[in-house]
Amino acid sequence: MKSLPNTWTMGWRRGMIEIRQFSRQKESVVFTTLFPVILMAIFGSVFTGEISHGVKFSQYFLAGMIASGLINSGFQQLAINIPMERDDGSLKRLRGTPIPATSYFIGKTILVFASIFVQVAFLLLGGVLFFGIHLPSSPHKWLIFALIMFLGIGGSTSLGVAFSNVPKSGRGASAVVIPIVIILQFFSGVFFVFTQLPHWMQQFASVLPLKWLCQGIRSVFLPDAFAQSEVTHSWETSRTLLVLTIWLILGLVISIRTFKWNRE
Amino acid sequence: MGNCDEGSLSYLFAFFSSRWQDEGVSVIEVRNLHKSYGLLEAVDGIDLSIEQGEIFAILGPNGAGKTTTVEILEGFRTRNSGEVRVLDFDPQFKGKGAREFRDRIGVVLQSTSDAGDLTVYETIHHFSGYYSNPRNPREVVEAIGLEEKKRALVHTLSGGQRRRLDVGLGIVGNPELLFLDEPTTGFDPEARRDFWELIRGLRDLGTTIVLTTHYLEEAEALADRVAVINRGKILEIDTPANLGDRSTSLARVQWEAHGEIQEQFTDQPTAVIGKLMKEIEGEIPKLTVSRATLEDVYLQMISESDGEKK
Repeated sequence: MKSLPNTWTMGWRRGMIEIRQFSRQKESVVFTTLFPVILMAIFGSVFTGEISHGVKFSQYFLAGMIASGLINSGFQQLAINIPMERDDGSLKRLRGTPIPATSYFIGKTILVFASIFVQVAFLLLGGVLFFGIHLPSSPHKWLIFALIMFLGIGGSTSLGVAFSNVPKSGRGASAVVIPIVIILQFFSGVFFVFTQLPHWMQQFASVLPLKWLCQGIRSVFLPDAFAQSEVTHSWETSRTLLVLTIWLILGLVISIRTFKWNRE
Repeated sequence: MGNCDEGSLSYLFAFFSSRWQDEGVSVIEVRNLHKSYGLLEAVDGIDLSIEQGEIFAILGPNGAGKTTTVEILEGFRTRNSGEVRVLDFDPQFKGKGAREFRDRIGVVLQSTSDAGDLTVYETIHHFSGYYSNPRNPREVVEAIGLEEKKRALVHTLSGGQRRRLDVGLGIVGNPELLFLDEPTTGFDPEARRDFWELIRGLRDLGTTIVLTTHYLEEAEALADRVAVINRGKILEIDTPANLGDRSTSLARVQWEAHGEIQEQFTDQPTAVIGKLMKEIEGEIPKLTVSRATLEDVYLQMISESDGEKK
């Protein structure tokens, strides 16, 4: 008797089929790929000045847009789509097969990774071509970027799965999730310069992961001199990695403990 | 033998009945199953024994407890009390072995509406990758009669075609036991007949099939045995032909005499007709002989059980 395919193989297959399904929703693909670029174009044209240390607004927003893409394609997408999959029976159908929940999560993570990868590629390309963005040259910066993206994708995905238990139905999911995501972005320095936000907003955002994602990505794409303009006058790289790791672990624990295939 | 007490008698009985049961291997064993939602007793003490290779239908009105029962057997719901063994496994057990259990069963849920941005073939091929010993996806597409639609996106399929795909996904893992929850709801009569052929074909390959339905003709056409269920209780389990003592119930003989329809209930309809032939010259006007239809029996059972509760 042959044995069941292993969890990673099934996870990989889930990832490929999720990407294929996603790529057939043309509007979604165009929207999620181009939306961050469009936002950057708008903010880049409205705020044309310099913040400090020779950093233009567009350069500052690049970091925000990447972080925004992370939270949109991970947390927001999953927190809305999983309740819909629960409603339309696709999760229940999976539950009737031997696939483990872990493979399903792996598949979602692969989808989020793929969509972030394309978004970031477009953002960096558009940024370099149209907004005079400078890319870091040192391998050390790219390594930190890879690390932050790894923690960010993992955290955003697992917290999205965890939060997918909150909306009571698929139809109501976006009404619950989208306001949270938008407010979070305002608080965390995606749309504005973080240090210019009211003090209480800054403090609130410091507990949550998005602020740290933005700051971590800024440390990669902004000149080191700009660290002076951050809250503690430094990039706080190790603290950033620590906070993101804690949120990743939290997300994994909650999602594994609370995930439900169907509403009984 | 004269001093045979009750204990040894029941032992003998158990011995012979277990020997007798060995002839058909039991795939599902349910004892005194209970499941309630709040105050509602959805399943109220059900016993079932389903054997390998049979098509077993659970027939009952909407809300009778059919889906709850089947979903407990599939492992989707937990029970309040009672014993359940499916393929010698407790389906509500979540740990090791649960995946192996689901590798051996096929589940076709009540109507689904997955988004369907994949083609028929892609979907079946993908699902075949979840099982240890899947059927060939091409053969599955052929078996469910969707050859011409294999490159069509799932959301473009008609209701009947979609249901066939559901069955395809249920059988792609080569299950020993297939659950079908109201498989033909919303089908036109021709599609339903084609579907029945498909299910019979699966049974002929040795698959045990448990289906729920509220269509009498479906139970009658497909099932080897039928359990009639209402208000969470099983009213009767029998072959469709014997249900409600239908095969042995009195026959009704009707004919016309003196301008009026005459009617007689009898267990010897042939004798009645023989007598009539002597009385009436030539053709007996408007002669019919009928027995209770499954529908008569079923409706009577349901209304009796509703009556008891009220």
